Amino acid sequence: MLEIKNLHVKLEDEDKQILKGVDLTVPAGEVHAIMGPNGSGKSTLSYVLSGRDGYAVTEGEASLDEHDLLDMEPEERAAAGLFLAFQYPVEIPGVGNLTFLRTAVNAQRKARGEEELSSGEFLKIVREKAKTLQIDSDMLKRPVNVGFSGGEKKRNEILQMAMLEPRMCILDETDSGLDVDAMRLVAEGVNALRSPERSFLVITHYQRLLDHIKPDVVHIMSNGRIVKSGGPELALEVEKNGYGDLLAEVG
Amino acid sequence: MADTAVLASKTPMAGGKPRPGDTALALRLDAIDLPQGGFTRAAREDAAARLAAMGLPGARDEYWRYTDPAPFNAAKPEPLAYTSRESSLFGEIDRLKLVFVDGRFDASASDALEGEGLEIQTLAAADAAGEHWAADLYGKLETAGQTPVKRPFAVLNTLAAADGVLIRVTGKVSRPVHVMYRRAAQDADVTVHHVVRLEEGAELTLLETGGIGARSNVVIEVDVGKSARFHHIASKRADDAKLGIGHVFARVGEGALFKSFTLSVNGSMMRNEGVIEILGDDAVAHIAAAVLGDGSEGRFHHDDTVFITHAAERCESRQVFKKVLKNGADGIFQGKILVKPGAQKTDGYQISQGLLLDEGSQFLAKPELEIYADDVKCSHGSTTGALDETAMFYLRSRGVPKEQAIVLLVLSFLADALEEIEDDRLRDDILDRLDEWLTSRAAN
Repeated sequence: MLEIKNLHVKLEDEDKQILKGVDLTVPAGEVHAIMGPNGSGKSTLSYVLSGRDGYAVTEGEASLDEHDLLDMEPEERAAAGLFLAFQYPVEIPGVGNLTFLRTAVNAQRKARGEEELSSGEFLKIVREKAKTLQIDSDMLKRPVNVGFSGGEKKRNEILQMAMLEPRMCILDETDSGLDVDAMRLVAEGVNALRSPERSFLVITHYQRLLDHIKPDVVHIMSNGRIVKSGGPELALEVEKNGYGDLLAEVG
Repeated sequence: MADTAVLASKTPMAGGKPRPGDTALALRLDAIDLPQGGFTRAAREDAAARLAAMGLPGARDEYWRYTDPAPFNAAKPEPLAYTSRESSLFGEIDRLKLVFVDGRFDASASDALEGEGLEIQTLAAADAAGEHWAADLYGKLETAGQTPVKRPFAVLNTLAAADGVLIRVTGKVSRPVHVMYRRAAQDADVTVHHVVRLEEGAELTLLETGGIGARSNVVIEVDVGKSARFHHIASKRADDAKLGIGHVFARVGEGALFKSFTLSVNGSMMRNEGVIEILGDDAVAHIAAAVLGDGSEGRFHHDDTVFITHAAERCESRQVFKKVLKNGADGIFQGKILVKPGAQKTDGYQISQGLLLDEGSQFLAKPELEIYADDVKCSHGSTTGALDETAMFYLRSRGVPKEQAIVLLVLSFLADALEEIEDDRLRDDILDRLDEWLTSRAAN
């Protein structure tokens, strides 16, 4: 599903190389986790895959279901099935959460040549999905993320994911700023979306989240590259010994 | 705040020689068919004398520093070809419709001038009479609004206005009064003057829409009596009033509420002045505008100039001005809060923001506070910026195409100003119109 080969990325405005040859394959239906110390390039990878400005790809490729991701606008990547849950979801005053969701859902449907959802159909689906994430109607009516708590913002991200039904979900430190209960709720939301046709790339600092969202593969990223991959036990090792030993081991 | 340019222009005929402006004024007046006036006669004569003394403004007047008054000084406007188009705004709302064609009331196209709690007449019809309730207000609030800065075009309006509407409100009127402007002649140079008086406890919503003329000069004088509530919502749209100047003079009484919102979409040169005097304790006055300017259809220049005076205790004033500018459009904001001695517990707020969609556009702001009371809360803010890149990326990452994301972010930027419209139906109508307009030209 997601194929990244030898990806090199630098900042557009500075001569600073951030990714230095990332190789990663996430097959359909699998959950992969990326862990790594601060500044290793995890968030940059998520931004480059979803098309944020400010980065220049100097070498390598990335594709989703064999579509070249790097050649597409962010909205085209979204329509192709890519979704990024933000570490810091953006507040948009004056735009209702429902309006935003409906605009996004219908824009993607339109881009894929599907019929747009009517107001009634949309409301029915969104209410159902919001309920399981414990998002009340007040949160749906409020402006996007404005005045939301940290937990509410992250649940709102998962609601967007549930509505947009992407093929490939990237979660960028979705656990940051969440208490135990909120993390469980978010993880349940993610687990409910797991299916043989959908893959996840979970970026996190901590093993905690992976207790709730069980990964098939864990990758360790350091200095712009994936330096080690393994099973869920790798995350436990990091939790126990920190990155120091691991990184020393791979040199 | 003493202003030498303005003071200098107050001295007529310096050295015995006419200033160049005097010739311009003579030409300007020659081009107008000045009404004699009945109950307005004294006010018109007074205006003639005041205008002769102050003259027309020049580019060197401080108050006209950011907007060149020349197009308003010219004897006649350039004739304008335009497509006649009925504005459907507020079309679904039950309202009392008053149609003005090239600034003249058109009775056949309008509703009957009656309604519970309302006394309505047109200026042209009423002005034959020697006495009228509006004689206490016509030109009076305008005159009061000439201190400390001169507003010659408002004086010219008092002198020259041939028509308008006079509304006296004695009860809580739920049906809005809708002044609908239409254009017929290509060179219509329109001067209209409205007077509104709300008696104690009365309520009214006044709507204004449509193209006024090739050049327009509109004055509204509003006296909001004790505990009365007045809402004003104006929409000045694309190809409406290509060249327009407007003044709203308001006097707000004890426990009363005044709220004015203006939507401006295009027009080549517009200046809107709001002059509000809060005279009674515990009163509220808000004035807001949402402006969308696209310089690609010729020049776009939009100037909002506001002067709010607090002369009573525990009053609240709020100015919210938002301008979205692209393709070399200019947005101006000059806003002042004056808190007079004794106006304690004043809560004054002012925000002006420009959203520049390209590098060629500019937003100029001149916020001012002048405070002579020691127990007040006054704040102002002004920002100019581009679209937020992070928000853009957020929307696009959800599959919203770039053009549509810009529309959403522009609406987000304007939200605070639109919030100033209290009535949901009216606000939704304005929002729909904005959305439609933005979407239809998102690609430009």
